[in-house]
Amino acid sequence: MRDKMPLDTLLASLFPAGHAVTVADGLISGEGPLTDGRLAVIGIDGDTALGLEGACFLAGCVLDVVRAGGGRPILVLIDSDSQRMSRRDELLGLNEYLAHLAKALLLADAQGHPTIGLLYGHSAAGAFIATALATRVLAALPGAHPSVMDLPSVARVTKLPLETLQDMARSTSVFAPGLDNMVQTGAVQATLDPGKPLGPQIAALIADSPAVDTRDALGRERGGRPLAHDIAAQVVREAQVVRGAQDRVMREAPGA
Amino acid sequence: MDWKPVALSAESRDQSWYEASARARLAGLLDVDTFQEFIGPEQRQMSPHLPLFALPRAFDDGMIVGRGRLDGRDVLAAAQEGRFMGGAFGEIHGAKLVGLLRAALAVKPAAVLILFDTGGVRLQEANAGETAIAEIMRAITQVRAAGIPVIGLIGGRAGCYGGGGLIAGTCAHLVISEGGRLSVSGPEVIETNKGAEEFDSRDRALVWRTMGGKHRRLLGAADAFVADTIGAFREAALAAIPEAPSFDLATLEAEQARLEARLERFGDTRDATEIWGRLGVNDPAAVPSLTTEGFDALLDSLPEGSHHAR
Repeated sequence: MRDKMPLDTLLASLFPAGHAVTVADGLISGEGPLTDGRLAVIGIDGDTALGLEGACFLAGCVLDVVRAGGGRPILVLIDSDSQRMSRRDELLGLNEYLAHLAKALLLADAQGHPTIGLLYGHSAAGAFIATALATRVLAALPGAHPSVMDLPSVARVTKLPLETLQDMARSTSVFAPGLDNMVQTGAVQATLDPGKPLGPQIAALIADSPAVDTRDALGRERGGRPLAHDIAAQVVREAQVVRGAQDRVMREAPGA
Repeated sequence: MDWKPVALSAESRDQSWYEASARARLAGLLDVDTFQEFIGPEQRQMSPHLPLFALPRAFDDGMIVGRGRLDGRDVLAAAQEGRFMGGAFGEIHGAKLVGLLRAALAVKPAAVLILFDTGGVRLQEANAGETAIAEIMRAITQVRAAGIPVIGLIGGRAGCYGGGGLIAGTCAHLVISEGGRLSVSGPEVIETNKGAEEFDSRDRALVWRTMGGKHRRLLGAADAFVADTIGAFREAALAAIPEAPSFDLATLEAEQARLEARLERFGDTRDATEIWGRLGVNDPAAVPSLTTEGFDALLDSLPEGSHHAR
């Protein structure tokens, strides 16, 4: 596997004229120049787990951008662990904090601040959903390594031998960790070229970003999610058929 | 207005939500005989991935979506079957809910109801499930922004864990029962990764008071606490429709303030009973054994009002 691009290198490529992006406790925030405007930046560095405080801080940064208006795009840089796994995080409602961060990003995008995710290291599970997957366009750099769960954990849960899973992972993309597999499902839309300046590549992603969610269509094209797009489209069609009088009522009588 | 009095099936509304199947929950939640399923089990749209793992499939992939009426109003509803693969999100399971939410933008129902019963992502098709969860969250915010409330109901056997907990946090209003558990990492996941000293998953009392419905309601993580009957969930869903907050900057700024205040006020606590004490509960140790009526009376006695910041 390729090494991941260090954050300093990434920021230097993105903002050759300098920037005001800082990292504290693994949380990235700040901004820098992009073409003829400014780009807001948030994110997670150093394989850091995302907990209550981190999610709350990043959501606050996003809402500040929305409040300021002006359509400034937001870049979400991700090299994270999963959600922080602890009794305290769950006691205080981590699901709300992670969902709040995702909602802040989704609101920003809906209100004219294009959101772009850039995966440059690891990310997993709830942290991945709350950050990178809540953007309009998600790109990755070679060396990125997203996962839902690592294979040894999958082996524990599925009670299949690790060697069997490793064999299966070579031929099927749907369950195995790794960037190529998340590209196949349509979750990661594009892979950037680390040898070229990142600024213009990010600007191009913003310019080309689709207004609607195209991830399931990409998943069908790329073969990683063969059925999702058609199933969703079929539900939309069936929901628009005018209701007939009692036709096709599917009811299960209690206790039957 | 096409509301008409119908003979309520008392037995269906009195039955336990926790014990009922997803289909029985839908049948009792909605007006009698009004539920109409999309991509019903007769179409046998089953997981294309589970055979790789030599696992049995379900004709509905554990997700039932369709339309019906709630007190005469047209609604869309989705129900997860926690008894199939723990209600986990796979490719088809997730795509049905994505489709239902996209349909809501076209047919403009009075509400979308999501009956959660899930352990999170189905690991055998993890990448598809994880991506579907992201699509669902984006679609929920679009439905809410169009002025349609998305209401989550949590009281099933599998609880509402993993990505399910994040989807729940995206809904406008959450109804929970004592048996409902709402979290990201489940007890076993925390114990496996961080050890039994961090979380002893066999300590069921700890699980309930950390992730269970009473704590979530007291904390403000759920908006309504109900008895474990289908009828009680129905009443709460009806009451929620006019209450649901819109999806805009004001709502999210209010949520930001609410979540910051929670960290400030309770960030140093170790156990739910300490939080309940600070909320003004005189006898925190007695909370788990309170009946629904007793718990309602407790909520009424506390200074915290309900919030519309989700």
